[in-house]
Amino acid sequence: MSINTEMSVRVAAITQVADQVRRLRFERVDGQPLPVFSGGAHVVVSMRDGAILRRNPYSLMSSPADSSGYEISVLAVEKSRGGSTFLHHKLKVGDTLAISQPINLFPIDQRGRKHILMAGGIGITPFMAMMDQLAREDRSFELHYAVRTRSHGAYWRELQARYGARRVHVYCDAEQLFIPTGEILGHQPLGTHLYVCGPAGMIKGVLGSAAQLGWPRQNLHSEEFLAPPPGKVFKAVLTRSGKTITVHSHQSILEAVEAAGVEAPYLCRGGACGQCETAVVGCDGALEHHDIYLEPEDKASGKKIMICVSRISGSEIRLDL
Amino acid sequence: MNIAFNDETFRDDFTFRNSPQAIRRFPFPFHEDSYMYAVNMEPHVPLARDSAYGTLIDVDEHYVAEMRDRALVLKEDPLRYQALPHMMTAQWDTLELLMEQQAAGYPELFTLTRDGDRWHWINRPLNIDQRFTFGDAATLPCEPLEYITRQAQGDFCIVDQRDGNLWMDAGMVTTQADWSLDFDIGMNFMEWHGPVPLAHQIGVFDRALKFLLNLQQGRPVRRLNWTMTINARLDTSPENYHKWGPDRATVTPENVGNKVHLRCELQSLWRLPRSNGILFVIRCFLIKMEELVTVPKWARRFHRVLRDLPPELADYKGLTRYRPTTVAWLAKYDDGAPTSPGFFPD
Repeated sequence: MSINTEMSVRVAAITQVADQVRRLRFERVDGQPLPVFSGGAHVVVSMRDGAILRRNPYSLMSSPADSSGYEISVLAVEKSRGGSTFLHHKLKVGDTLAISQPINLFPIDQRGRKHILMAGGIGITPFMAMMDQLAREDRSFELHYAVRTRSHGAYWRELQARYGARRVHVYCDAEQLFIPTGEILGHQPLGTHLYVCGPAGMIKGVLGSAAQLGWPRQNLHSEEFLAPPPGKVFKAVLTRSGKTITVHSHQSILEAVEAAGVEAPYLCRGGACGQCETAVVGCDGALEHHDIYLEPEDKASGKKIMICVSRISGSEIRLDL
Repeated sequence: MNIAFNDETFRDDFTFRNSPQAIRRFPFPFHEDSYMYAVNMEPHVPLARDSAYGTLIDVDEHYVAEMRDRALVLKEDPLRYQALPHMMTAQWDTLELLMEQQAAGYPELFTLTRDGDRWHWINRPLNIDQRFTFGDAATLPCEPLEYITRQAQGDFCIVDQRDGNLWMDAGMVTTQADWSLDFDIGMNFMEWHGPVPLAHQIGVFDRALKFLLNLQQGRPVRRLNWTMTINARLDTSPENYHKWGPDRATVTPENVGNKVHLRCELQSLWRLPRSNGILFVIRCFLIKMEELVTVPKWARRFHRVLRDLPPELADYKGLTRYRPTTVAWLAKYDDGAPTSPGFFPD
């Protein structure tokens, strides 16, 4: 049985906060309060873009305790698959959208004695909500925030004003200032937790130096939303529903499945949570795994695929859907 | 809904019994004539109002007596309530959830009024009128989880989610089927399920853990579990084994009907919003064999389930000693007729 817990929301405000970054505020159409949530959570936003239904995950950046509205920030992406372009150029104040309940795949470790947050660019958004929660609970934290230029970086001024320069450190590429990762990670008290959100390269670099410095794996946390990469067009045969569908080059399998009216489970739509794991019945080419969920042996087995981000190199895949 | 609360005991003279209405609403756990472990989880949504699924947090005729029994257990053994320090946010999440659900399901019994963080809670059956500040534990007589679970039927565990696992880091456990919070506190999902036979081999716990790690806010789930208890004792804990263990040797063909109980746990799991923890509610329902057989379908089916249960399961559930006597007694109520599918009485 599937239960629809999506909420219908109205765009209450749109604010241009930096070069290429827009903040959207959502309020419920029925006037009811939105659920409170935990810092680090995201929602999946469903957009009707003409005939196409787009669904993208966005981190919640407003105060987790504020049930009057949710805020997200959207970066204008040059090679947008459509969602970012839609939210930047088509969406207007007063429009309605559907959003999922909050989902947290990047939570604060409640045991942490101190929390170090490292953000790159738009990766700042989950930390906005986290810092609100940490500050309210009077817990120790510091933010290290890398931006390309001062005008690209969203929110750094207001964050410094709110939490002070001792807790909010800003590094600007254009000024040749970079996060001194080794220095920061080399001098932390026992019980410190590290959280990284930003481009893949940054996450890899920071986690790598933490590992080198002997940080326990349990104290390292990261979040990266993978956009489904484009690829060749192929066919997917859904064996249980008896349908054959076409997966276009800028579409994920999951999106094609949904467009065909077949229900498939999902949560993050970014290859991280494992919810959309699907059994592969057959495939005439190689699976191109793009997720960060499946174990290497699962990927090698050719029996499982995360349909939110992964594709195939052949012309047809048969799925247990 | 008007509930007449029973004046009854779950120890010493065991005056517990179910009214005819309570028998009809018992959450009978077998949908077919046999039983095996499965990841039997389904959405926790309300069903018929006169069933145990009528509200998401059920309150029934045993409420007042169960809360009195819980207070007695805690007085003898305060460690039945424990919460690790990092669980305070989850404690408040739980208090909110239970107050909201009870007030929504039973407005004539409970009232919750909120003005920002200033809350006012009225519990009429227990004669409680409490004003407090949400988020400030100093404004309640005890920690928020202990406070609210002294006013809610069932055991409550809060698990913390981290490192791809779930950790038993807080709870109120006084109506348990032979497990101990004091022993399990701080363990992860695989550790605390360690003793269960057969289920590990068929991958039940791997699948269940994967499912729960993705449990969503606003979409609670439930499952049923069951065992049997001799005498209507809620507190069958390892700590008190010396009190209830010997009871299992007292079953005779003459006393099965009154002494042997089917014990059903209606378990519900809820994602908590502020802490991202999961609240695990384990609500225990008891029914005597003589009450159970007043529903012919349940009499036939339970006879068959108990008779055909794999011996490992009977051993793990502690039924081995009195199973033959009980099966023989139940056989009188099983004419071999087919039973209809599903849990509910015909």
